[in-house]
Amino acid sequence: MLTLVLPRLVSFEGGGRRSASVTERNVAALKSAYWVVLISGFFEPLLYLLSIGVGVGGLVGDLTLPSGQVVEYAEFVAPAMLAAAAMSGALSETTFNFFGKMKFMKLYDGVLATPVRPFEIALGELAWAMVRGSLYSAAFLVVMFALDLTTGPRALAAFPAAVLVGFAFGALGMALSTFMRGWQDFDLIGSAQFALFLFSGTFVPAESYPTVLRWVVEVTPLYRAVELLRGISTGTLGASGWLDVAYLLAVVAIGLAVASRRMATLLCK
Amino acid sequence: MTAVFEFWLVTYKRVWRGSALSTFVLPVLTVLGFGLGVGEYVDGGVEGVPYLDWIVPGLIASTVMQVAIFESTWPVLSNFNWVRTYEGQAATPVRLDDILGGNLLYVLFRALTGAVAFLLVAAVFGALHTWWALAVLPVSLLLALAFAAPTFAYSSSVSSDSYLALLFRFAVIPMSLFAGVFFPVESLPVGLRWLAYASPLWHGVDISRAATLGVPAEWSVPGHLLYLALWAGGGYAIARIRFKKRLVV
Repeated sequence: MLTLVLPRLVSFEGGGRRSASVTERNVAALKSAYWVVLISGFFEPLLYLLSIGVGVGGLVGDLTLPSGQVVEYAEFVAPAMLAAAAMSGALSETTFNFFGKMKFMKLYDGVLATPVRPFEIALGELAWAMVRGSLYSAAFLVVMFALDLTTGPRALAAFPAAVLVGFAFGALGMALSTFMRGWQDFDLIGSAQFALFLFSGTFVPAESYPTVLRWVVEVTPLYRAVELLRGISTGTLGASGWLDVAYLLAVVAIGLAVASRRMATLLCK
Repeated sequence: MTAVFEFWLVTYKRVWRGSALSTFVLPVLTVLGFGLGVGEYVDGGVEGVPYLDWIVPGLIASTVMQVAIFESTWPVLSNFNWVRTYEGQAATPVRLDDILGGNLLYVLFRALTGAVAFLLVAAVFGALHTWWALAVLPVSLLLALAFAAPTFAYSSSVSSDSYLALLFRFAVIPMSLFAGVFFPVESLPVGLRWLAYASPLWHGVDISRAATLGVPAEWSVPGHLLYLALWAGGGYAIARIRFKKRLVV
């Protein structure tokens, strides 16, 4: 899969150029009010950080990580907020918006009349979601650094990891969207997203969950993302970090493969 | 007005299954994940009660707010601009107050079902301390109206649905995070504290908390009710002006 994706991402000829056109379309289609929505999207994780991390943190006090390190509650929650923000940013662009463009705006029917192929649409849309998500992640990391919740080098190291998290959820969201029958099905995605948000070791260490739940949680993508980012931002990342990275890369590859395949059957009739 | 209300109930019949799932499942998840999960780490609870019991009334009020505002944003914009349901209703003998009131009744109905569901879940987890908890239901109705009526006015005044997303981002989410649902308002810095006091949500949270825990409210209850009634009445008046401008030729 990587040999299929990488050359197209890197080269700017042929497929790469055509994917980029799909991304450019999104930039060109931005309207003024939408810009404000786009930019203000950054405030949401910040508000969560201040409310839960600082506000509830005042009630919780300090936490002891499995490694034995003691951290403030805000330090513990911040990387999870980063991961959750990367997830929801990527999902909102690749589920709701993507589905609307495909089913109702019939945007891709027009795009397919050009030399752009389904895989390139998937890649181009994903790239757009990533541009958006990466900006949020970068801004959030700056805030974490400013509030002294992580150090500069760790924030720099966390950035590519946050982008990877966004990629994984973007690809996953796009693959799921191709199976949706109508807007109602998005309630399911919304509920699933909320469940992931609550139970991915976001607010409490996963060690405090009952054993059965813990094993379910261990294999969900958001938990792996939280583990990875928390490991980096608190400086406690062990060898399991590579496992997280491999897991997220696999999600990207599978998501993209499924999405482009399904789009080919849905669009090229 | 009942005819308009009935109309909305009939349309709801088509989709109630999906919403029933989220009405019950989301409270259960929140109570489990946040109340029990984080509660385990809050030593000694808040103000002498376990953290779970302390946040449940806040979560109910916050759910009421979210349902009330959601049902008053995209649906209202869509009824004006996309599906044009209001235009259709205005062409019948139905009066302006019926169109507005009937739709608001439906929003109250949705908010109330959310509150009932959450109350049941809370009862199962033993988070309700007295029978006064039932008083949360009428309070939820008033709270829902205090949010729905001004939001109707807002949604009937904006030109694109991007503004609705902004309402959520700059009003709904900050309120749900800082208006005393998850931690006491007193721990906010002074300036922000007054913003929280100004939000209708905090008043709903304070009464609901007094009701489910059986403790006196921090502020006077009639004062809370009056403040919420002001939002409801003021919102209705503005919404009526907007509806009149757009529907009566």
